[in-house]
Amino acid sequence: MTTPHASGASTPNTGARPHSTISFKDRAHDRLNDAKVQRAMRNFNLAGARARGVLDLENLEDIRTSAAAIRDRSLAMLDVWLERFEREATRRGVTVHWAESHDDINRITVEIAKANGVKKVIKSKSMVSEESHLNAAIEAAGMKVVETDLGEYIVQLAGETPSHIIAPAIHKNRDDVADLFHEHHKTPRNNDPAVLTMEARKFLREHFLSADMGITGGNFLIAETGSLVLVTNEGNGRMTTTMPRIHVAITGIEKVLGTMEDLSCILRLLTRSATGQSISNYITVNTGPKQAGDSDGPEQMHVIIVDAGRARLLGTDMQEALRCIRCGACMNHCPVYQNIGGHAYGWVYPGPIGSVLTPNYIGLEKALDLPHAATLCNQCGVVCPVKIPLPELMRKLREKQTERGLRPWQERTGLRLWSWLAQRPSLYGLATRVAARLGKSVGGAERTIHRLPGKGWTEGRDMPAPQGKTFRELYAERNRK
Amino acid sequence: MFLKVGLFVTCLVDLMRPRIGFAALKLLESAGCEVVVPEAQTCCGQPGYNSGDRPAAQALALKVLREFDDCDYVVSPSGSCGGMIRAHYVELLAELPQHADAARRLAAKTYELTDFLVNVAKLEVVPGRFPGTITYHDSCSGLRELGVKTQPRALLAKVPGLELKEMATPEYCCGFGGTFSVKYGEISSRIAERKCEDITTTGADAVVLGDLGCMLNIEGRLRRRGDSHTRVYHVAEVLAGVEDTDGNR
Ligand code: SF4
Repeated sequence: MTTPHASGASTPNTGARPHSTISFKDRAHDRLNDAKVQRAMRNFNLAGARARGVLDLENLEDIRTSAAAIRDRSLAMLDVWLERFEREATRRGVTVHWAESHDDINRITVEIAKANGVKKVIKSKSMVSEESHLNAAIEAAGMKVVETDLGEYIVQLAGETPSHIIAPAIHKNRDDVADLFHEHHKTPRNNDPAVLTMEARKFLREHFLSADMGITGGNFLIAETGSLVLVTNEGNGRMTTTMPRIHVAITGIEKVLGTMEDLSCILRLLTRSATGQSISNYITVNTGPKQAGDSDGPEQMHVIIVDAGRARLLGTDMQEALRCIRCGACMNHCPVYQNIGGHAYGWVYPGPIGSVLTPNYIGLEKALDLPHAATLCNQCGVVCPVKIPLPELMRKLREKQTERGLRPWQERTGLRLWSWLAQRPSLYGLATRVAARLGKSVGGAERTIHRLPGKGWTEGRDMPAPQGKTFRELYAERNRK
Repeated sequence: MFLKVGLFVTCLVDLMRPRIGFAALKLLESAGCEVVVPEAQTCCGQPGYNSGDRPAAQALALKVLREFDDCDYVVSPSGSCGGMIRAHYVELLAELPQHADAARRLAAKTYELTDFLVNVAKLEVVPGRFPGTITYHDSCSGLRELGVKTQPRALLAKVPGLELKEMATPEYCCGFGGTFSVKYGEISSRIAERKCEDITTTGADAVVLGDLGCMLNIEGRLRRRGDSHTRVYHVAEVLAGVEDTDGNR
């Protein structure tokens, strides 16, 4: 995308691939039967941290309303804010690039690296770069790339992808990490988290000192000042943006905020919603590369602003999804995510927001299960700091699947049959009378059905048997008396 | 006070647990309401709506609209079906502007049973008595779409003998999710398992709730994990004193 106006209705070739071709159900099944993943998911409780973290906000609901309005304002004037950002950032010496597709992200990044003779790249967390498989592209271009967020570093050593957007290695335990470090660092095996952290620190320090280029994501872009905002906890973000000669930040078009004041409101919710912290350890506002007289900072600063399917959602019934500030609260509160973990979702973003973004970014037909793999309990919607109506959006995606004929015919027929029957009360009455009696007799003296056709229900549950007569017949009997 | 209340029985109560429908009837009558039960009622359309089949859902929504048009209130022993009518019908019928007014009217006069008994009918004395401890599961739709939280507890507090022991996470989803429970049975059962652990940790004699979907799911999981003693009741059964105390259910 060469200008921020290029929103275009055409389907973009995003160059994205699902991480795996096996089905959601199979992936979920594997995770549900992996004792280690299950133990890790049982211990995972960022929802509790959020609950404690928001206690000091007396007017939490008002702040959520303001935050949603701020994000809506950004999206309503996206082209204006992005142009303003480009102008202000350029004025301060930043080179702004526009990536229309995932392939563009990789191409632009590799070009910058090659033009500057880069040999080693260090990265702070960037989910957008996961979308484009940037690490693979950098390695294919003959350079070394090292993740420096501790969780990302672990995941990279394991040759895996993050299973959570803010806690990438949440599926791993200390023994996994001990094994990985022992294997890759060639150090004696130790599973003490403090020792492991110090070890990672020591190894990462060498990379920080020897890298030529640092890549970060960008939590926000501030239009009025041309600043890039990073919200981190480990300090690796600051090392990545100050130690190497070149800093490349990659972020989505939707991450722009008008003003610093907008940012201050959003930040109050972001860290609390994510980890329960009233503020994260580091909030970094990068405004341009090293200036004359500065003691540190990169010689070059680039910002790659990515569309890759986002602009297509503007002005549609999916636009609200672009409000997302990637706090992770929706997945932390999702009963499905809490049981199956992030990898089952098959692409970069797991949980409820993933179930909305993935079909939108890689194609409705490539993620048929995701919008359906939710109970619509709305535990996500009530905690989302920017009030994205996630269940509504999933339901709309379900409608789009039906409209495009993407649902299995058995399901379609079943629903149609149900609706047809329910519109014919006497036939319906007859059918339910038969079903009630049949169910009762199958249930027997125990009044429990152990097996139903299709197995979906009775795989893990019994079905209490019906009473034997329908309400409607009993009510008619009563009125006759 | 003579309010003309239409009872929306719900398809699951009709088929599986008519006792709950009669309990609701008894409670509404003891609150002084004139209750009508439109005979041809079937389903609110939620299965189609949540599965993405809008036309199928619309046809059933229009049917409900017609059947309950002349009632002062519509009451349902289900936060899920009540929520469907109250929180979703207006959106569901958005493409049919000729029904917009009727949809809004219906939404505004539709209540979940306990919400209606507490906030509209102002029921003072409940017929039921329950010697034992219970824990209460907040169903997602009732809680998050209709704000049903204190109402059932306020009513249960009036039941002689009943003692409420809250579980650690009463607002946590049981994993039912309508067709989700069948399409993703394995995940659904696992979520139900966490709910059952939470319930049994309280040591309560019974878990009480306000939605038949959650009821079948929780009871089904309890029995499968070998728990045959924890009773599962709909709040209307306990309040009306019609729960089946001898058998499994
Ligand atoms: S959808 Fe909401 S809760 Fe989920 S990550 Fe985005 S901002 Fe956070």
